[in-house]
Amino acid sequence: MQRLAQARRRRALATVVGALAGVSVLAGPAASVSATTAADVRTTDQLVDVGPETDGTPVRLDTRLYLPEGDEPRPAVLLAHGFGGSKQSVDREARQYAADGHVVLTFTARGFGRSGGRIHLNSPDHEIADGTVLLDLLGARPEVRQDGAGDPRVAVVGGSYGGAFALMLAGVDQRVDATVAAITWNDLSSALFPQAAAGSTTPGPYKQLWGARFFGASVGSLPGAPSTSATTTAPAAMAPPSSAPGPSAAPAAVAPAAVRLIAHSGQTAEPAAVRGATGMRNKSGSTGRNAQSVGESAAPAEVLCGRFELALCAELQDAAESGRPSAALTATLRRNSPRGTIGAVTAPTLLVQGEADTLFGLDQADANAAGLAAAGTRHAVRWTDGGHDGASSNPGLDEGAARTWLRTYLAGSRTDPLPVPAFTYSLPVPRRSDTAPVATLDAYPGLRGTPRQVPLRAPAEPAALLTPPGGQPSSMTSLPGLGSLELPTYRLAALPGMSTAFDSAVLERSLTVVGTPSVRLRVTSTGEEATLFVSLWRVEGTDAVQQRSLTAPVRVALTPGRATDVTVDLPASVWSMAAGSRWRVLVTTTDTAFTTPRQARADRITLATPTLTVPTADGRILPSTTERDTESIALAGGILALLGGIGGSALLRSRRRHREHVREEYADIPLVVDRLVKTYADGHRAVDDVSWRAERGQVVGLLGPNGAGKTTTMRMMLGLITPDSGTVHVLGRPVHPGSEVLGRVGALVEGPGFLPHLTGRQNLQAYWAATGRPPAEAGMDDALGVAALGGALDRPVRTYSHGMKQRLGIAQAMLGRPEVLFLDEPTNGLDPPQIAAMRPILQSYAASGRTVVVSSHLLAEVELTCSHVVVMNAGRVVTAGPVAELLSSEDTTVFELASLASLGPARAALEGAEGTRSLEVIDDPSKPTLTVVSDRPRESVVRAVVDAGAEVVGVGSRRHLEEVFLGVIASSQAPSADGSPDGSLVERLRQVRAR
Amino acid sequence: MSRPLSWRAELRRQLGRRRTLWIIGIVFALPLILVAAFSLDDDPGRSGDPTVRLVDLATGGGPNFTVFAFFVSAELLLFIVAALFAGDPVPAEASWASLRYLLTAPVTRARLLTSKLVIGFLSTAALVVTLPAWAFLVGTLAYGTEPFSILGGGELPWGEWLPRMALAVGYVLVMIAPIGAFSFWVGVRSQTPLAAVGGALILLIVSGILDSIDALGDWRKALPAHYSRAWLDLLVSGPVDWTDLRHGALWSVLYTVLFVGLGYRRFRRQDILS
Repeated sequence: MQRLAQARRRRALATVVGALAGVSVLAGPAASVSATTAADVRTTDQLVDVGPETDGTPVRLDTRLYLPEGDEPRPAVLLAHGFGGSKQSVDREARQYAADGHVVLTFTARGFGRSGGRIHLNSPDHEIADGTVLLDLLGARPEVRQDGAGDPRVAVVGGSYGGAFALMLAGVDQRVDATVAAITWNDLSSALFPQAAAGSTTPGPYKQLWGARFFGASVGSLPGAPSTSATTTAPAAMAPPSSAPGPSAAPAAVAPAAVRLIAHSGQTAEPAAVRGATGMRNKSGSTGRNAQSVGESAAPAEVLCGRFELALCAELQDAAESGRPSAALTATLRRNSPRGTIGAVTAPTLLVQGEADTLFGLDQADANAAGLAAAGTRHAVRWTDGGHDGASSNPGLDEGAARTWLRTYLAGSRTDPLPVPAFTYSLPVPRRSDTAPVATLDAYPGLRGTPRQVPLRAPAEPAALLTPPGGQPSSMTSLPGLGSLELPTYRLAALPGMSTAFDSAVLERSLTVVGTPSVRLRVTSTGEEATLFVSLWRVEGTDAVQQRSLTAPVRVALTPGRATDVTVDLPASVWSMAAGSRWRVLVTTTDTAFTTPRQARADRITLATPTLTVPTADGRILPSTTERDTESIALAGGILALLGGIGGSALLRSRRRHREHVREEYADIPLVVDRLVKTYADGHRAVDDVSWRAERGQVVGLLGPNGAGKTTTMRMMLGLITPDSGTVHVLGRPVHPGSEVLGRVGALVEGPGFLPHLTGRQNLQAYWAATGRPPAEAGMDDALGVAALGGALDRPVRTYSHGMKQRLGIAQAMLGRPEVLFLDEPTNGLDPPQIAAMRPILQSYAASGRTVVVSSHLLAEVELTCSHVVVMNAGRVVTAGPVAELLSSEDTTVFELASLASLGPARAALEGAEGTRSLEVIDDPSKPTLTVVSDRPRESVVRAVVDAGAEVVGVGSRRHLEEVFLGVIASSQAPSADGSPDGSLVERLRQVRAR
Repeated sequence: MSRPLSWRAELRRQLGRRRTLWIIGIVFALPLILVAAFSLDDDPGRSGDPTVRLVDLATGGGPNFTVFAFFVSAELLLFIVAALFAGDPVPAEASWASLRYLLTAPVTRARLLTSKLVIGFLSTAALVVTLPAWAFLVGTLAYGTEPFSILGGGELPWGEWLPRMALAVGYVLVMIAPIGAFSFWVGVRSQTPLAAVGGALILLIVSGILDSIDALGDWRKALPAHYSRAWLDLLVSGPVDWTDLRHGALWSVLYTVLFVGLGYRRFRRQDILS
């Protein structure tokens, strides 16, 4: 919300800058005819002689003709600019119409820019008569399509000042074939002196802030006036080129759309025009003086009036001072309005008006539409949210409507139905959106469509409203030119003691108000005339905000002390009154934007009728303009795509899982490891083509030095690691992550893992609960017996010693008495009695037809416990088989000698002897041993040793597992080692252990 | 035979943990601490500043106290709760070395994550609902039963405030979900509890920093915590503007689905080496 406010503030500031820029208009000396050629539009500048001023001064208008490519005659567009602008300020629009295939004539109106003459505010005798001359000019051009001799096919287009020009010219000159009039007036006197009291003919209070701006615009252009240098240079400083790179940058953001599409209103003439004029002035060496305008020796009145026609100027100044127009001024202003001639317009007319325009409100366009309707002239009404106070939020749509209108009626082919909807209006810009939704109706309902009543509540105690002497301080309900600025807050509007508020009930359903809401007030005053200002707010807690910054001024004559009822028509606009919202009619006695009485006065305001009557409409909202929540749509799409992807891949996976193949031939084999390969991400091949199997009743020892791949193999056997290739089958079922067959496997891998905050017993229970199997199957008591933790069983696991955890881990692995038990280093942390106790447990476990796989470093332990061993080294299986077979063999003889002294002779007897393949000596003084592998029969070997004089105390065929282990490890490494098979055994042992 | 790692089994694994107890303790202590803090200063407003803030209304009755307590905890505390409850369980099992035993129990990988996520989400939801309910009880006892005063002025009658507050609680729950999901994903990836919660916190903080850079414009809408305060839109007089609430909820769902999906995808093929 804050962001929005900032954006609005920026836009409003830009409006101010633009308005100030528009104030300065330079008049250059008459220049000769020059022609320039753009890419596809040729332009010709020409000074055109028009009727002289009242005093006989000749007047020439600065014009520019835009000719599109091609030779055939084209329809023409006469394009008028806004107050304070020039032909430069409509250049962009002109090029657009030319690009549409029209000949476009732009001109600088009398009293502005390089044109001569004075400002008469669209006097029929001057500005409008000039328009007839311009039509003559078009009627004489061969490039322009002609309907008859001197009758060009032409449309008149303009905004604000130019809009009234267009309507009035169409009213007096029947050669006009189409009109687009934007943000303009019907009756200038009622626009400047608005009266919101229904049925009253008294002029209302003067729009002093807007009036001041008009004068500023005119006086600012006066050479020699003190403000000249300021107003000619200031805009350049306030709207530097960087902020206005072209006619569509700052001014585009600034200029109300309706203004932008046709012509610039005086308040928003673009800085580019100013720069252009400045450049021209430099070229010609002029000081910016208009020879045909006010000279340097001008009289004070002339200085004050700038280029205004002097009589009109004096009357306007009088009115500004008194706050009331003289009868003569009222007559002049009415004459300078489309009001009188609108009934004579026959050209199809598009009326574009701003919904929050504090200068020319919707009532002005409504009066024009009524005049056209009465005359039966084709017309369409378009309400945009732009105007003199801010830019339209849908400039493209407004522009498009005008171009469609012109194309249709200049082609002359199509007259019915209307090329655009008969009535188009813009809803308020929704919160967190930048564009107003646009709605249409097939008929223009006027300002009082379908009425609805909104009940109003009067304050409990009607307070007296004071108009302070001097009329200050003033309430601020709207700032002309800054309509979209959220500055006039409720606190500035509802000054205490000077305002009263009537709140509505909470709306039960939403209303779209299109037109003029009205409220009937009862006024009792101390004065003979009461001036009041009525505005509409939406209540937000203790605060209130305006959806449209508009104020209705009321001036009503009354008898002091006597209650007078007055119906107040609030300014016409479009409001979205949501269900659940509350609205407030605020009545104030002063308003900065208007001239207010300076006499002190006290009024008592009550509701004559406790309702607010609102006209409603139910138009079709154009789908392109409704705020499509693209963010939501994109997000919903993204979510659906994600879910779709997830669902799809889940489906694929579940199909693949069904393809897992059960090996029936292994169904009776507890464990088959088949050609397992695993390479880790760092490239280390931990397991390389490992195959072995374990049968029922076996206790298999998995041996190997560190890094041999034992643990990796065991993790693959449990589905914790996915092998690169190869399979593990338990009882014929393949093992993969989450295989159900793992339920028939118990495991202790690389140390136990328990939840530290639970006790030993709770941990076993939690583990069993996680398997999802019935508690009865757990065999909890047996497992607890294995753990042998005694009283420690009910202490949290974090207090356990390593050995206790280890025992608990073995117990956990045995829960449910799985058919296969994998124990990785089960004796870690156990003391010798515990190790000894573990031995029969495992053996009896296997003896019951189950299988135990144990990996261990303790070779003696394995030798005692295991029935089979698998020896791994460097990721490969080096040897496998029953322990008994590994330890004894026919060609090996182990001699146990009495002393070290016997070692030498024994060795000498066998070394180099025939058939001796290997000779291993363990020179342990307490138990020197000699192991020989020989092809000769054992008895001959024994004889040879005894004959050599060695004192033999024992001869055996069985080695210790350690020897076998070292032997096979060494021989598996032999090719890569030093190549000597009979290197020192102790040395090799050291090597192996060091690994 | 129930499914492996049933929700009840998972709940029992998490319930006795100290971090769970601590969080529950904090949630229950917070409203009491706030009441104690407010009792130190009779006039909580800043002197000389007429701007009314949420904290100025906090002592105006049970509903206002509830909203204030919920507001201050929805800034960070509830996000941390979500990160902890959703992100920590998997890496915690890994750090206890019990993850491998669960997986060989066997619990399928997806089942394990689902149980952990469901229990994580339910316990987060329980806390997020408990906090305002408890604050409401404490606030009503301490400050009476005045209806909710809106920040901009005016009051919300009970009949409107209660359903809207319930909706706000639901919205906050949706808003913290992506942080939980992110934490979950990081936890599954890294298998370290600290990385999970810390990663989510860092995400939240970086998101907050980026959100304060106006130059990023509309890109900030994609930040996970950008719409985290949109639930305050519910507590206004008149009709509710659903735009931000809708956007916030949709972004949250998107991120939640994304990170949860990434977590599952990762865990499915991950080698368990812990």
